[in-house]
Amino acid sequence: MNGMRPQDILLPAAAGLCCKPGGFHIDPVRPVERAVITHGHSDHARAGHGAVLATQETLDMMRLRYGENFAGSTQAIRYGEEIRLGDVGVKFHPAGHVLGSAQIAVTCKNTCIVASGDYKDAPDPTCTPFELVPGDVFITEATFGLPVFRHGDAADEVKKLLASVAVFPERAHLVGAYSLGKAQRVIALLRAAGYDAPIYLHGAMEAITHYYQSRGIELGELRAVKGVKKAALAGTITLAPPSATSDLWTRRFPDPVTAFASGWMRVRARARQRGVELPLVISDHADWDGLTATIAATGAGEIWVTHGQEDALVHWCKSKGLQARPLDLVGYGDEEETETPLQDEAEA
Amino acid sequence: MNRFAELLDRLAYEPGRNNKLRLITSYFRAVGDPDRGYALAALTGALSFKHAKPGLIRDLIAARTDPVLFGLSYDYVGDLSETVALMWPKSELAAHNNPPPPTLTEVVTTLRTLGKTELPAQLARWLDELDETGRWALLKLVTGALRIGISARLAKTAAAALGDKDPHEVELIWPGLVPPYLDLFAWLEGRAEKPVNRDPAPFRPVMLAHAIEETDFAALDPADYIAEWKWDGIRVQGVAGRDDRGHIAARLYSRTGEDITGSFPDLVPSLRLPGAIDGELLILRDGRVQSFNVLQQRLNRKVVSPKLIKEFPIHLRAYDLIGDDENDLRELPFAERRERLEVFIRKLDDPRIDLSPTVPFASWDALTAARADPASAGAGEDADAVEGVMLKRRDAPYLPGRPKGQWWKWKRDPHIIDAVLMYAQRGHGKRSSYYSDYTFGVWTEGDSGDELVPVGKAYFGFTDEELLQIDRFVRRNTTEKFGPVRHIVHEPDKGLVLEVAFEGLQRSPRHKSGVAMRFPRISRLRWDKPPREADRLGTLEKMLKTEAAEVDA
Repeated sequence: MNGMRPQDILLPAAAGLCCKPGGFHIDPVRPVERAVITHGHSDHARAGHGAVLATQETLDMMRLRYGENFAGSTQAIRYGEEIRLGDVGVKFHPAGHVLGSAQIAVTCKNTCIVASGDYKDAPDPTCTPFELVPGDVFITEATFGLPVFRHGDAADEVKKLLASVAVFPERAHLVGAYSLGKAQRVIALLRAAGYDAPIYLHGAMEAITHYYQSRGIELGELRAVKGVKKAALAGTITLAPPSATSDLWTRRFPDPVTAFASGWMRVRARARQRGVELPLVISDHADWDGLTATIAATGAGEIWVTHGQEDALVHWCKSKGLQARPLDLVGYGDEEETETPLQDEAEA
Repeated sequence: MNRFAELLDRLAYEPGRNNKLRLITSYFRAVGDPDRGYALAALTGALSFKHAKPGLIRDLIAARTDPVLFGLSYDYVGDLSETVALMWPKSELAAHNNPPPPTLTEVVTTLRTLGKTELPAQLARWLDELDETGRWALLKLVTGALRIGISARLAKTAAAALGDKDPHEVELIWPGLVPPYLDLFAWLEGRAEKPVNRDPAPFRPVMLAHAIEETDFAALDPADYIAEWKWDGIRVQGVAGRDDRGHIAARLYSRTGEDITGSFPDLVPSLRLPGAIDGELLILRDGRVQSFNVLQQRLNRKVVSPKLIKEFPIHLRAYDLIGDDENDLRELPFAERRERLEVFIRKLDDPRIDLSPTVPFASWDALTAARADPASAGAGEDADAVEGVMLKRRDAPYLPGRPKGQWWKWKRDPHIIDAVLMYAQRGHGKRSSYYSDYTFGVWTEGDSGDELVPVGKAYFGFTDEELLQIDRFVRRNTTEKFGPVRHIVHEPDKGLVLEVAFEGLQRSPRHKSGVAMRFPRISRLRWDKPPREADRLGTLEKMLKTEAAEVDA
């Protein structure tokens, strides 16, 4: 075979995963000349690059967040479409993480590396399902790379929320959810469970949620919570960014029940730390079973593990006879972890 | 089991008492017999399984998982039951056949008869069949470590709410009931008569007092009231009665109706006259009442050793008689019950049970003087164990709960110090958007001059308006954030001084300051005072010496 060594194709660098033969970076954390971007979360899609290659949805989301001039130039690519960049072929495949999210297969002289970005193999009515992409090297995230993270059926978690609304009809239910992807998925799950009352939105979620609707995702009747009288919010469900659910902002709700939709809610100490009263285990990342099943199914002999609990996943790969190593990339995986500090008295 | 697991899961996160009640009641409404009865038993602590030890659970998981992955997971989660519940592998057979998970009834009844050697295989089968939350609840249940902040009283109150009954009614019949409480639920749902309490020595719901305020006295006539010392011990009910065969059964109950007889076997022989005494549990050494700190060393012990009994001799100081042989005295006026009590105690003639003396007074001024100096007003050498006076209306019947205007407590002034706010943490539930938990400190000599050392935490005592003021102060004067905790500016000239009231002080090696407060609360905000003028650790150490003197004597 005249294949290349994988590390000659993709290599971790300060700005992110760098492809020298293709002249680009994947999800760079610093401004670069040419960026190839997996999905629209702010830790992966940053402003200030020269040229950006991504799906139409990801480009649209970047535009929503950063404004028209977020990059020197942009190029949209569809799932299944392949283009050449320098000496390599670049092909996008659905990652099932959020709307427009993609895995990027980079091929150079018969060696294929799949950079999966963030992904999940669980069903999600708001995005194209994850596609298994065979390759020589699979780059996997490890956000929930511990065997304690097993996420179960998200529909059951939404049932828990609806049961709570039934027991406490005089209280407001406040669901903390990341505003890109998680919020829309929770809304879609509520609709699938038969909940057809209006769902209220924190101001920070409106633009992105309306964008989802504009892409044909059915979310039912949505209302801005701003300006709604306190008493009128009894028995309702409102979605808000996680940081807002413990903020002054919550005082506009009648005796709110604080829920949080996140894979982190699987661990009690994490939920308690945040003062969550109704943890909902709903994750847009693959859980332990999803990670290990996907790794095995790709057929890749070498696994690179990044952002999250690398140790446990690397250990698991080795125990299965796979070559594995942690990729020391920094700057990812904190989209749900850190609370964006809001202005203390801000009304958002 | 799944419904019960969901209930436990939800209760574990719910901070509000009323919300907990609602959740439990709605569970009782939705779930049938006998599962709900076993749930009530689990919540009231009426179940125990002696063979399920943490070691057994460790062995089960070790046989099924990679030790490195288990180690990393346990480190991350920090709780054995939870780690095992989450990482328990799906068994091939369970995935294939999808057997139904066990019911709570099946778990409880099986465990009652199961031998020790059969337990591991049975537990493993159940763990295969349950989901994550179900496994967590099962492991918590069998190891007896629910720890979800539910008292037996709360669970019974939730059951009472199912039938719109007064919780006291449930409390009254409770000692005669056994899991799964079919007769109780039948009565609560209006399908049967109220179960009869056949317990020869049942608990009677206690009567409680209101704290008196300065402004209350104007409307009260001293002649209507009898005063007693308020002892700094534990409120108990000592009950004796004859069973079917005519033998005396004796029980000691806490004020919530918990049977605590087992912890005080040395008092049982003294409860030999049929009747029900309302009184205070104290430690007496050489006829002298010891401080609460001493009593505390006898409480919550798993084993009551002869040494413990000898070093901490238990005593019941009686102040009311609510049952005399077969007669229920609760309808009688207090003055009459008091007379019956005096006769009863004389007849009993036991060194472990004596009468709490009344405090004679003709005017509120006289009582004020007695409260200020109990030693010379009759309490003598026991004065240190007096935490104030009780006022009871002569004509008051014994009413359960906290009826208005019948009994008053008038506590001695609490200890007060000025401390500096150091850290603030967000509260829970309704208070989750407010910084309402405060850590405060006092000055002490450090390596580089004076520094503040934390001496306690308080999360009540302030008004809603004051909470808003402190919350605003906290948000504007945060120097650092660590998760939910904020560091608040605390320098000699910058910071907030809190007047903290507390009931007592104990030496505590667990605290950096070496002291721990009893019942601390914020009594005033001292916006006027610069932090440099707050109290010093030395002041607390002096108080500690005074208290320690009581303990050693």
